[in-house]
Amino acid sequence: MSHILDVFIESLPLFMEGLKITLYLSTASLLIALIIGLFFAILKISTIKPLEWIADAYIWIIRGTPLIVQIFVLYYGITEIVLINAFWAGAIGLAVHSGAYIAEIIRGSIQSIEKGQMEAGRSLGMTKVQTMRKIILPQAFRRAVPSLGNQFIIGIKDSSLVSFIGAQELFGVSSSLGSNSFDFLTFYSVAAVYYLFIVLVLSVIVNRIEKRLARSD
Amino acid sequence: MANKEMVRVEKLNKAFGELHVLKNVDLRVEESNVVVLIGASGSGKSTLLRCLNFLEFKDDGRIFIEGEQVEKETHNLNEIRQRVGMVFQHFNLFPHKTVLENVIEAPIIVKRTPKNNAIEEGKALLNKVGLGDKYDAYPSTLSGGQKQRVAIARSLAMKPEVMLFDEPTSALDPELVGEVLTTMKELADEGMTMVVVTHEMGFAREVGDWVMYMHDGKIVEYGRPQELFDHPKEQRTKEFLGSIL
Repeated sequence: MSHILDVFIESLPLFMEGLKITLYLSTASLLIALIIGLFFAILKISTIKPLEWIADAYIWIIRGTPLIVQIFVLYYGITEIVLINAFWAGAIGLAVHSGAYIAEIIRGSIQSIEKGQMEAGRSLGMTKVQTMRKIILPQAFRRAVPSLGNQFIIGIKDSSLVSFIGAQELFGVSSSLGSNSFDFLTFYSVAAVYYLFIVLVLSVIVNRIEKRLARSD
Repeated sequence: MANKEMVRVEKLNKAFGELHVLKNVDLRVEESNVVVLIGASGSGKSTLLRCLNFLEFKDDGRIFIEGEQVEKETHNLNEIRQRVGMVFQHFNLFPHKTVLENVIEAPIIVKRTPKNNAIEEGKALLNKVGLGDKYDAYPSTLSGGQKQRVAIARSLAMKPEVMLFDEPTSALDPELVGEVLTTMKELADEGMTMVVVTHEMGFAREVGDWVMYMHDGKIVEYGRPQELFDHPKEQRTKEFLGSIL
């Protein structure tokens, strides 16, 4: 036990670098994923068939293939065209991946809002877009918070896969340290502690947001 | 005095698939009049009302708002809906907004009313419907009667020329019906043009200028409340009134 503690303290500077990259990677990818998700959710509820098909195809492909395959395809695909580093290739890969799940979460919560809300907005002379923006989406996001939080947690853990295209985030750091010392168990355990810590903090934040949003209920 | 025509409907037809809900319905509503639509569930009253606000689209027939024939292809329906307010059975308040925010939202977004003016007018409306102490409450904390009065204030905030009420008291506990009907009566007394779908026969008789009995998508009888309630001409009207009074 004291061995692990020593290792933990010794490796702190390196892991902090890894933690930083994990956090940047997760944040960047989740922000992009939210935009992608909202975009495809709106395509899906557009009632314009070709747009729905595009969204369906996207969601089908993402849900039907492993994330690691998506990251590799994207990485080698993008680097064929432009030179891009592992960080951004990974962030985009994660975003495209989470985006599909977030699209389904947002679509579900938009469709869970009572029909009367749209009718009330329209009956006051608001356009469909105005009602969507001011009345439906704020309520839908509120309902989506628990599921989005869950998806964010998955996204943070999934960011470990970006180490396979060379990003030195938490998992990458622990792999390197492990192979240098042959003490894989210890370094992967240390990595696990960092992930647990991040997820704990995120859970608390999501909980707080849920409570704040529940004010009007 | 020659009354201005606010709403006119000619030969309105509407079907949902196989179900023919409105059959050649005619209706004329003059300024400051209150027309009450009565009839059993499924008789087409609500559909007629929803066609007037273009929440449903007619199959054929003609709808005139303030003398102007309105078609969804040629008119900006958002502009028409600003002039024709609607109050729903289930209130449909915006749950994520406070009472005052519910009332000022549309004037600010649609009419670009400056926020301060909207707040001032919104508070005045809420005071008028007896909710001057509830500006900052969320709808979930209100009783059904209070919610419906907020919904009426929200609709009035757009300064509509005509107000449509779709069974405004049907979702309320019996002891809360009175406060909503009182608010509606005050509105009628101020000269608001109203079309009301309701099962409240007392209200129809007292406040209605005209009563229209619908059955099976058709207008069976139309007349002054006293005539229609006390001396119905049609057998169907007699049966309907007999069954509910």
